[in-house]
Amino acid sequence: MSVLAHVFEEAGIATVALGSIGAHIQGTAPPRGLWCDFPLGRPLGKPNDPEFQHRVLAHALGLLGSSEPVVEKFADAITDDGTDTMVCELPPRHDPSLHPAVDEANGLRPAYDRAVAKLGNRTGAGRTVAADDIGAAVLAFTKIAEGTPWKEAGIPGIPARVAQDIRGYYETAALALAEHAPAAWAGARWFFTSTEAGRAIVDARQAMADVGEKHPIWFYIIPGDM
Amino acid sequence: MADSDIKALTGGLELPDFESTAFTTPPPLAEAKVAIVTSASLHHPDQDDFSPMDTGYRVLDGGRRDYMCGHWSPNFDATGIALDLNTVFPIDRLDELAADGTIGSVSDIHLSYAGNQFDLSAVRMDSGPAGAKFLRDHEVDVALFTPV
Repeated sequence: MSVLAHVFEEAGIATVALGSIGAHIQGTAPPRGLWCDFPLGRPLGKPNDPEFQHRVLAHALGLLGSSEPVVEKFADAITDDGTDTMVCELPPRHDPSLHPAVDEANGLRPAYDRAVAKLGNRTGAGRTVAADDIGAAVLAFTKIAEGTPWKEAGIPGIPARVAQDIRGYYETAALALAEHAPAAWAGARWFFTSTEAGRAIVDARQAMADVGEKHPIWFYIIPGDM
Repeated sequence: MADSDIKALTGGLELPDFESTAFTTPPPLAEAKVAIVTSASLHHPDQDDFSPMDTGYRVLDGGRRDYMCGHWSPNFDATGIALDLNTVFPIDRLDELAADGTIGSVSDIHLSYAGNQFDLSAVRMDSGPAGAKFLRDHEVDVALFTPV
């Protein structure tokens, strides 16, 4: 972002850049920057909190009054210590003939549809895998986890993007089931630790690493610190 | 998995160096037309998704609210923007600031890039200047940059 701010400013547009990582925004020194020490993915801080978002914008837009380049830090910080996890009930087993992860994914479909109807679909399925095909995509990861080479597992796209759609499908469904705004990363932690599909993806990634697949193919399937 | 650990992973990234800092003095905020430029890879459903190394940009219609996040990184919380678009793309907040006279107006168009870039040369030399010219041609005075 800060790089683009330099470019746009050069072209005659005044800019203000928000940054979530202090070292980055201070290191790239945009013409006007506001370091907001908030979790990645939430540069305005708090979803569904217009008052807080307006405070961030007031500080940011106020930097336009500076007569010289300036980088400041927003007064409030929002931290994630890695412990907050969504509490979200999963559907009971419905079809014993299906792999448990596929049955689970199918069972979440009504919640997913409710969430999309209420919130829209910004991060759910549909970038590579349609909601109707999430079960098949989950099954592909279970096969990889069990030792099938990823190119033979029926995975319907680049593994990282397919995993992203599955995670998005689950996190979107969870928003309907929990009906509260989760803390940052609480949805991801729930997905990767509490769901059959999430655990299958983690195991599949490990299986791909273990057999020596190229690093970019498996590394970006899940967050880099896992 | 923790936000601080993921941020720490980026600690070794080499940051681009700028010999000087360009600086444009904007008109008074109450007269300025403001646009959002985000690196969240947002796009409308009828636009092309971002490819893994996409250095281009998408033009976003400020009158629409159907945005998808096409960012390729798994290293951000996605539930914030899923719940509230304004967590990343504060279009409703800007509309409110225009309504109360804090800013002059909100641009009808906004831009989205992909923040997951390793080679920044194309953005610096090609799509960045092209996007800036596009906004200038639409008489945008101020750009608010938001990451994801």
